[in-house]
This record gives sequence, C-alpha cells and structure tokens, in this order.
Amino acid sequence: MTNLKVKFCGVEFKNPTVLASGVLGVTAASLKNVIRNGAGGVTTKSIWLNGNQGHKNPTMLGTEHYFLNAVGLSDAGIEKAKDLFTEYSKPKRLAPIIASVVANKIDEFEDLTRAIVELDPDVIEVNISCPNVEDKFGIPFACDPMQAAHATKIARKVLNGLKSKIPLIVKLSPNTPMIGRIAMACAEAGADGFCAINTVGPGMAIDLKTRLPILANRVGGVSGPAIKPIAIKCVNDVWKATKLPIIGTGGVMTGEDAIEMIMAGATLVGIGTMVYYRDVSGFGEIVKEMDAWCKKNGVKDLKEIIGCIK
Amino acid sequence: MNIKKFNTIPEMLPIKAIVKETDTIWTFVFDAKVDGWELGSKPGQFVMMWIPGFDEKPFSIARDDGKEFWLTIAKVGPATEKLFTFKVGQYVGIRGPYGTSYTFKKGDHLALLAGGYGAAPLYNVALHAAKLGCKIEFIAGARNKDLLLYRERVKKLGGGKMAGKVKYHACTNDGSEGFAGFNTVYLEELLKKDKTINKILTCGPEVMMKKAAELGVKYKRESQVSIERYMKCGFGVCGQCCIDDTGLRACKDGTIFDGKTALKFKEFGIYHRDSVGMKKAW
Repeated sequence: MTNLKVKFCGVEFKNPTVLASGVLGVTAASLKNVIRNGAGGVTTKSIWLNGNQGHKNPTMLGTEHYFLNAVGLSDAGIEKAKDLFTEYSKPKRLAPIIASVVANKIDEFEDLTRAIVELDPDVIEVNISCPNVEDKFGIPFACDPMQAAHATKIARKVLNGLKSKIPLIVKLSPNTPMIGRIAMACAEAGADGFCAINTVGPGMAIDLKTRLPILANRVGGVSGPAIKPIAIKCVNDVWKATKLPIIGTGGVMTGEDAIEMIMAGATLVGIGTMVYYRDVSGFGEIVKEMDAWCKKNGVKDLKEIIGCIK
Repeated sequence: MNIKKFNTIPEMLPIKAIVKETDTIWTFVFDAKVDGWELGSKPGQFVMMWIPGFDEKPFSIARDDGKEFWLTIAKVGPATEKLFTFKVGQYVGIRGPYGTSYTFKKGDHLALLAGGYGAAPLYNVALHAAKLGCKIEFIAGARNKDLLLYRERVKKLGGGKMAGKVKYHACTNDGSEGFAGFNTVYLEELLKKDKTINKILTCGPEVMMKKAAELGVKYKRESQVSIERYMKCGFGVCGQCCIDDTGLRACKDGTIFDGKTALKFKEFGIYHRDSVGMKKAW
C-alpha cells in the first residue's frame, strides 16, 4: 500500500489533493462536500477583510483545452469567513483547511492576517497573484519581488507577534519571467511555503457575432489542461530556488498529472478547474489513480518523488 | 474526444419572437435547433442567457418542443431591464441546458403545483407529460387572476386531443378566480380526495414548495421541487449556489430535487445566499 499521506509545513494531509481557491469554496458545506468526495484538504475562496463585489457575469467559460474566469474575487468579508470556519469545524474538521486571503492594499494584510489567525486555519495562503482585479488594483503584487516580499513580511510579522504557528504560504503568479526570484524574496521575508501557480494571462475570448469579449470583465485568468506545462515549469523553478514545500497547482486533471506535479517539486497538489471536466467526484478518482501509479512504479511513499526530476 | 463536449461558450441566437404576457413578463422565443447546435433540454432544466456586454443570468425553460424554446422572463432588475430593450432579431448568448429535470413516466397522475412564475416551467412539464400519457392536475397560485401566468396555454393544453388529460385549477389570494386561498390548501384537499395522484411536481416560492414537499410526506406521494439559488457559472464550479448542509449545488445536483431530500436541507424554505455568499432569509 502506498503512503499517500503527506506533511505540508507540519500539517498532515490524508492525501496530496487540495481544493484550489476559487472553486466550490463559498460555503463550509461545499468544502465538506469536496472532502467527502476524496480531497485531502481544501482552500477557501479568497477572503477580504471587508468584502468585495466581484464582476458581473459571464464570469466563467470553458473549452476542451482551457477554462477562463473572471469572478473578480467576490466575497462578503471576515464576518462571513467566521461563520464558514465555525461551520467547517463542526463537529470537527474532516481535513485541513487553508485560508486564502486577499487585499488590494499591501498594508491591509496586517489587519487581515490578525483577523484570520482568530479563525485558526491550518495554513494561511496569501493571495497576491489574482489577475482578475488588475484593472481595478494594478499589477498583482506577485509580479514584483519587492511587493511580494513586502506582503509576506507583513503577514509574517503579525504571526510572529501573535506567536502563531500557523504556516504562511504565498500564492505565486506565473505571469512573470522571474517566479524563482520572487519565491526567493518571499522565502527571505518569512514564507514557509508556496502555492504555485495562480491563473495564467489574463486571457480573452471574443464572441464573433457581437464582436464583444465574452467575459464581463473582458479578460480573465486562464486555467485548465492548457496551463499544465506552465505550472509544472513554475513549480520546478520555485522548488529549485527555495526547496520549500509547494502546493503545485495548474492544469491537474488526472492522477498522473498530480504525480508529474510532485516530480516537479510539489508536496501537495492543488486542484480546481478539474471539477469542470470531471466533476467533484474527480478528487477521489485522482487519488485512486495516484495510488495505482505508485503501485505500478514501486513508489511506497510520495516523499520519494518530490522534486525528483533529473 | 467530442470536441464540443466541454464547450460552454455561449451560442449566439437571434430572438425569434417576443410574446408579452404582461407589461413586465415577456416570453422570448428562440429556435431550439440551428446549424451545429441543439438545445435538447428536459422539463425543469434551465439555460444561462448572456445579454451581450451586460450580464448573464439563469432562466428556466418554459417550452422546448425540439423546434422552438421559450424563456418567460420577468423584468426584475438591471439585467432584465436591459433585455426588455431588445427587439426581435437581436442576438443573445445561450448556454445549457443545465441542471436536473423533473421525472415522470407514462401513466403517472401528476399534481403540478405552480406559484407565480413557476407556472412557466411547469407548463413545459405539462406539455411533455401529457404527450407521454400522464394525467395532470395543474394547480396555479397567484395573488389575483391577472397574475395567473400561462393560464390560457395550460387550459388549451387540456382541450382537443388531450381533453380530460390536463385539468387547470386556479387559486387566487383575493378569490378573483377559482379557489380563494393558497394553492397548497387546495392541493391538500385534492390529495385527500384523489388517491390516484402519485406525484407532486412543484415550482415557485420556496415556502410554498416546502409545504408541498411536506404534504407529499404526509399523504405518501412522491414530490419534486425546484431550488433556485444565485448562480454564476451554471455548471457546478463556482460554488455560489451550494446548499446547506449538504454542499450540493443547486445548478448541477439540482435544480430539481426529490422533495424528501430537499426537506433535509437546513436552508430549504428558510434562507439563500446573495452574490457574495451572505445568507438572506426568504
């Protein structure tokens, strides 16, 4: 029997699959349903301190190759998050929950981190890389090593001040030629690990009849099968640069995709858009596929293959 | 791989006709089959309609006979206000059909319990169920007779070849037509009198549907309800429409749920969520 259990920044996951932020993450009941379907852990939809309306529809569309979304980080803020964590923890947590947090001003991460610690998430993921709010808020912090490090440092300082042991990870953007350098800057600023990658682009899809971009926001982040090679390469860059634990995310549709992500350097595997292609039951199926691959290839513990590529 | 299988890019269709039900409720008619695209919906399913450059919203299908499909839409907010400026021939984007459907079979005796706009999708059920050979009691509820949506169409369905197969029962709060009072009260009387009614299919305000599901349990009849929630994607990814405590998605695991299942939902008939996920009481 393969040991699919993994420890990520000291937190134990029963298997390496983790629901990525932004998919099925609005309510506690939904997150629990994802766990019941086989995921090893979940990530909330990104939480704002004071909420954010998000974009009008259409916010999502897909083809066999790619998926495009511009939900625009809609969220009701910290009070709703409290409700979510209370419900998720009743009667006890079925699996670790990662709190994704987002802010449009770097300094806001201070109050936000403080508020989030009170909810006692298993991991805090600082989302500095969503490309959907570019027009409104400027270039993502994750595309600039100074800003990325600054955001990390603020969260780190709050956690240290509170003597909190909650691991701090940073969600990185692929939309930069220097993801490795940015990861290094975050590591120096106190990141315990990373989630890589956020969506690619942004991209655009045009309706030929009306000659309009389809997404209400005109542009949206690209995910799905097409971005897997970009994600694999970015994860490997981050791994080589920092050797810190990574949630490898981007284009994972099958167990073999997940294995590939681990070989690139991931400890956990983030899965989101897969739900569009295989539905929520895909989590359990992917875990089985990973187990089957390990058995066939004589891998007894996933630790053996993390970042193993030659 | 079926190249179109995963395609959720809106299909651009011209509005074929507009039928004004009232000043604020219009039926938009479209071809159900165009080159390389077919709606192929089942009764109870919905589509997402893109009002180009403005917004996209879910609408239940009021008729799909394979040739045409209808969307009966109330002007209730900015998106529908925009849509009501559209003329015949203008294009909107349609994707779907989405969601589960009502289930019935030949020989069923159905009570279709419609509240307000719920009459439109249940008309589609009546249309298909009557053809299949079901007996139908169409129980419509509204505040007054002017708001009895689809009354004439359902009555017409009960004429001609279908005579005796489809019976229309009006219920109005003010007694201006038919039974004076809630349609659920009327339904209960009907269930007591007529033991052959074996299924209650309902669409309308959630409090009404909850009552109908409870009547189903009380009188040992199967019930099916249609749960509407704020939706973004329509295909089960965004998580906006998840129902407490199950986490089931209204758009994909529903919208049509077995009444007994729905009665187990903590929020059924009590609350729903808005566009940022905050709870709102019904």
